[in-house]
Amino acid sequence: MRTVFKTSYDADINLFRHGAQRGWYILLLVVMLVLPLGVSSFAIGEMTNLLIWSIACMGLMILVGQTGQASLGHAAFLAIGCYANVLLQERLGLPFILSFPLAGLIAGIAGALIARPMTKLHGIYLAIGTLAIAILVDDFIVIAAPLTNGVIGLFAPDIDIFGLSFNRYANPERLYYLILGITLLVVLAYRNLQRSPLGRSFAAIRDSEISAQAMGVNVARTKAVAFGISAGITGLAGALMGHFAGIFNNETFNIIISIQLLLAIVIGGLGTIHGAFFGAAVVALLPQAISMTRDLLNQVLGGGSIAIPGLESAIFGAILIAFILFEPSGIYGRWFKIRTYFELFPFYRRDMFRRQKSYLKTERMR
Amino acid sequence: MSALLEIDNVTLRFGGVVAVNQVSFNVEEGEVFALVGPNGAGKSTLFNLISRIYDPAEGDIRFDGESILGKAPHDIARLGIARTFQNIELFEQATVMQNLLVGRHRHRKSNMWTELAFTPFVRAEERRHREAIEKVIDFLDLQAYRDKYIAGLPYGVRKVVEMGRALAIEPRLLLLDEPASGLSVEETQDVAFWVEDIKKQMGITVLMVEHDMHLVSAVSDRVLALADGQMLSIGKPHEVQNDPRVIEAYIGVSDEKQEVPA
Repeated sequence: MRTVFKTSYDADINLFRHGAQRGWYILLLVVMLVLPLGVSSFAIGEMTNLLIWSIACMGLMILVGQTGQASLGHAAFLAIGCYANVLLQERLGLPFILSFPLAGLIAGIAGALIARPMTKLHGIYLAIGTLAIAILVDDFIVIAAPLTNGVIGLFAPDIDIFGLSFNRYANPERLYYLILGITLLVVLAYRNLQRSPLGRSFAAIRDSEISAQAMGVNVARTKAVAFGISAGITGLAGALMGHFAGIFNNETFNIIISIQLLLAIVIGGLGTIHGAFFGAAVVALLPQAISMTRDLLNQVLGGGSIAIPGLESAIFGAILIAFILFEPSGIYGRWFKIRTYFELFPFYRRDMFRRQKSYLKTERMR
Repeated sequence: MSALLEIDNVTLRFGGVVAVNQVSFNVEEGEVFALVGPNGAGKSTLFNLISRIYDPAEGDIRFDGESILGKAPHDIARLGIARTFQNIELFEQATVMQNLLVGRHRHRKSNMWTELAFTPFVRAEERRHREAIEKVIDFLDLQAYRDKYIAGLPYGVRKVVEMGRALAIEPRLLLLDEPASGLSVEETQDVAFWVEDIKKQMGITVLMVEHDMHLVSAVSDRVLALADGQMLSIGKPHEVQNDPRVIEAYIGVSDEKQEVPA
């Protein structure tokens, strides 16, 4: 077990707890950077998809894991970000480098505006309210057909930054690096949030609204800010999803996506950045894993290629139920326990994490 | 000099129940003022009135000469009124340090954008907040628990952390809701010393609700006894303790006594 001797307040404030931790993350970054050299362009595409999902998961994580507010409507902000980004490029002729942050900003403002009435609701009512928002946005896209092209959908142009083109098929590595860079910026912003007063006031609202209020935290306003930041980051992910998919319509961001996002962060581990990545990996890679397993089984068993409709959702649901029953703190929680086991070996106790609450508290006295 | 906190003829009703009935008292700057009374007397309700969680039906509450009835609940901390809760309301999924730092929220000068970018200014502010917290940690002897999660801490320590969080606000008035409930004799003695020091060293006025009469008489300058939302008696601790109306409210009056014509 490593004991960190803190000699200054900066040890608490810095991004990394100690040098070894920094080393591990730099190693991870290096691996991510050299990855395109070693794997197929198909795998790079999958990794890019995973990173986009990670951004979306981090967006929702800020709201659910950090602030303790449920949302079943985050596909709405994916849609707003996606449409805003493409429409700004197509209708106003803005370059990606402007339309992308603006799309995030528009989604963020939309989130903050929606939050004002929404955050008066708690728990299950908030979840239903946000679900309604997702349905409304879906319908609005159909109604506003002159702008959004309705159910026919829109084509996303290639990302173009100062003449440099980013296309999923033509130059997958370039797109991968772009999105890796954006992901890093989001992670940094998320970390900065966690170590600053705003992030602490989010956590305060999550754990006890009444005492957050007594500490001088404006609960309604802070919740709106949390919704805004969350929706903004989700909007950025939506804009990238649009470019990645190439074509999208109102169905691209349906309720299933909202639910998948929420499930992803629960499976990944609520309240942590790691959890967002683990959850995104499950959501983004599961369909591929299933089809690969199926191919393998078919080869071994010698059957024809049998596609079972709904298999993906069923497996996803089963994984979720298993996690809620056996490891409510998600993949990250399990990883943390395994790591602690080895760090403390042989002194790990089975009840070591007993006293830590495993479920997110959203139903406390307010 | 006017009083720091003035409760002026305050009444609060919950439906047909009068929780606080025409209560008036002043808390002077620099004193320790205790509210005592049996369960349901309206002590915690008074705290919630001062915290602006409830609106009084009648009357006025003034802090430093100004009415606080127009203020939002989150503005109360900014005025310099800090409080603790009877059933500890800490942020469980955070460390002691983070809990205390939330107490510094009133002193936040950075905004969302500078914090997302974590500018050097935000870092300097963070250091400053931690230096301020350090005084509280030293004062309450919390060094050992600095990076521990609340969820794993014993009750007595949580009680102290909650007091620390209120002190981190750097208040002028500290509301302590049963600071010694559930504590052992030694821990209660600690609380007595701390309350003394909060008053003398930090110059913070204390208004507390407490059932432990030893603690109350040891630390408080004045006591107000309440029962069923009514003011029974106000004065020095021993005066209030010996007031027949207070004794009646706590213990009741035997039947024989009642038959004796007064």
